[in-house]
Amino acid sequence: MQPVLEVDELQVHYPTPRGPLRAVDGVSLSLQRGERLGLIGESGSGKSTIALALMRLLKPPAQIVGGTIRLDGTDLMRLSEDAMREVRLAQIALITQGAMNSLNPVIRVRPQMIDAMQAHGVHMSKSAWDARLAELLRSVNLKPEVADLYPHQLSGGMKQRVCIAVAVSMRPKLIVADEPTSALDVVVQRRVMQTLRRVQDSIGASVILIGHDMGLMAQFAQRVAVMRTGRLVEVGDVRQIFANPQHPYTQLLMDSLPSLRSRAVAPLASEVVA
Amino acid sequence: MNSDTATPLLELRNVSRTYGGGGGLFSQPGTVALADFSIVIDDQQPSIVAIVGESGSGKTTMARLLLGLETPSSGRVLYKGTDLHQLKRQPWAEYRRNVQAIFQDPFGVYNSFYKVDHVLTMPLRKFKLTRSREEEQQVIAQALRAVGLRPEDTLGRYPHQLSGGQRQRTMVARTLLLRPRVIVADEPVSMIDASLRVTVLGNLLQLKRQYGISLIYITHDLTTAYQISDRIVVLYRGRVVEEGEPDQIVNRPQHPYTRLLISSIPEPDPDRPWADGELTSEDEALGDELELVSTGGQAVGGT
Repeated sequence: MQPVLEVDELQVHYPTPRGPLRAVDGVSLSLQRGERLGLIGESGSGKSTIALALMRLLKPPAQIVGGTIRLDGTDLMRLSEDAMREVRLAQIALITQGAMNSLNPVIRVRPQMIDAMQAHGVHMSKSAWDARLAELLRSVNLKPEVADLYPHQLSGGMKQRVCIAVAVSMRPKLIVADEPTSALDVVVQRRVMQTLRRVQDSIGASVILIGHDMGLMAQFAQRVAVMRTGRLVEVGDVRQIFANPQHPYTQLLMDSLPSLRSRAVAPLASEVVA
Repeated sequence: MNSDTATPLLELRNVSRTYGGGGGLFSQPGTVALADFSIVIDDQQPSIVAIVGESGSGKTTMARLLLGLETPSSGRVLYKGTDLHQLKRQPWAEYRRNVQAIFQDPFGVYNSFYKVDHVLTMPLRKFKLTRSREEEQQVIAQALRAVGLRPEDTLGRYPHQLSGGQRQRTMVARTLLLRPRVIVADEPVSMIDASLRVTVLGNLLQLKRQYGISLIYITHDLTTAYQISDRIVVLYRGRVVEEGEPDQIVNRPQHPYTRLLISSIPEPDPDRPWADGELTSEDEALGDELELVSTGGQAVGGT
């Protein structure tokens, strides 16, 4: 079966006086329909740059200087800006850590949700909109009345749920979730991630979950890609990565995981940090 | 935890802290940040007490009360049995040296115009702990090595030239120089990259084992609390919902909030799925309530 997403040898550079900084340095990955991929790496590894490149939302001076991104066979790099605008949300949706802050706090939820869909040519009667919004909000465990509230009346978790509702409103093929819950407390994080998982499953979308929390990856992803300094150092099935990490950096990430299963932190300080 | 024989080193006794609600004509009822909270730090036996709570739990208010940065609305903050605000000059200076703080963002503690050395030499000079420059350098180098840093890689640099982990370990080294009796650490590892967190936690554990320093470890992260503490106190909306030994809290949680917290932690194990049948509908109802915390209690949330 043809993958939904095929990224081949993607190169993103930031020009600097000392030559280009290779933020993404030849990354290739593919995603099957409905598959959940975790993209993990520490700050500065280039994982968020990939998210923006997939959306073609990189801001200059960052520039895609090589490689291809195919969504269902279409080369996104060759699309005009207008055509790309059609693709965003309708075919690839992005949910970020700060997504909840992208809601305008002084405009009610309802017109903001409707705007997003109208921009993609969805038009319907008022009563049909009512029904559509109610359905979308229920799908993320919110009551339909949330549509009539202002974002500032909602908790962080509720706002992130509204963003998920918008993200799935056009039934995209791919959802890119860049640390969607890192601003939320752990109880709310679980509940929001479980909601994302459920709606993703129900519309059959693929997901790339970007983050640095190995626990979250273990809970959500089927496959994990580990990134370091612009390159993928390891890609594999989630169980395989957790049971038998190959790359030294992945092993380091695994070794540094505190768990509730054993008390293993040693009071040693002899190891010297370079 | 309470020692019957000796006066505790540091104690919060039935402390409450309320914000707002000043009693003016139009004032709203105040917000209770911390309600009837008590904690005792023994003078003889060093221990690590973890205060675990999420946003709005009152954990940072509690830290500020212990550090004397905040005064209680009711109840008492006692250092060796005396109210903080009644401490005379000498015992106040002793309190200031014996009770030290480590904060979440060590960058804020550094002055970016000074080299890292500054935060290390300052306390030595302020408390007149060394007699000569040579002794100063010697003591500093020793403290840095004790937390696993190479003095030659650390000294002479500016704060931004160190990684977050190095900056936080330098703070632990600074604390070591002062040899306090208690450290109040508010989220000391949450801004450090995952691969270095364990090392800093190890440093904190070492402070207790090797130097007999007690630690009040304030965190949202029950997992790291479980790793290093002798006792865990779970705070929820300003109140203690449960406290006990780490194994008891983690393996036999009694309060619905603690159960919810534990089963929400994403275990780094694909074969141990989240909240796998451990949660009752009441537990999840509490989760609904939690998500509504910042909406002023409007019932518009989960279905």
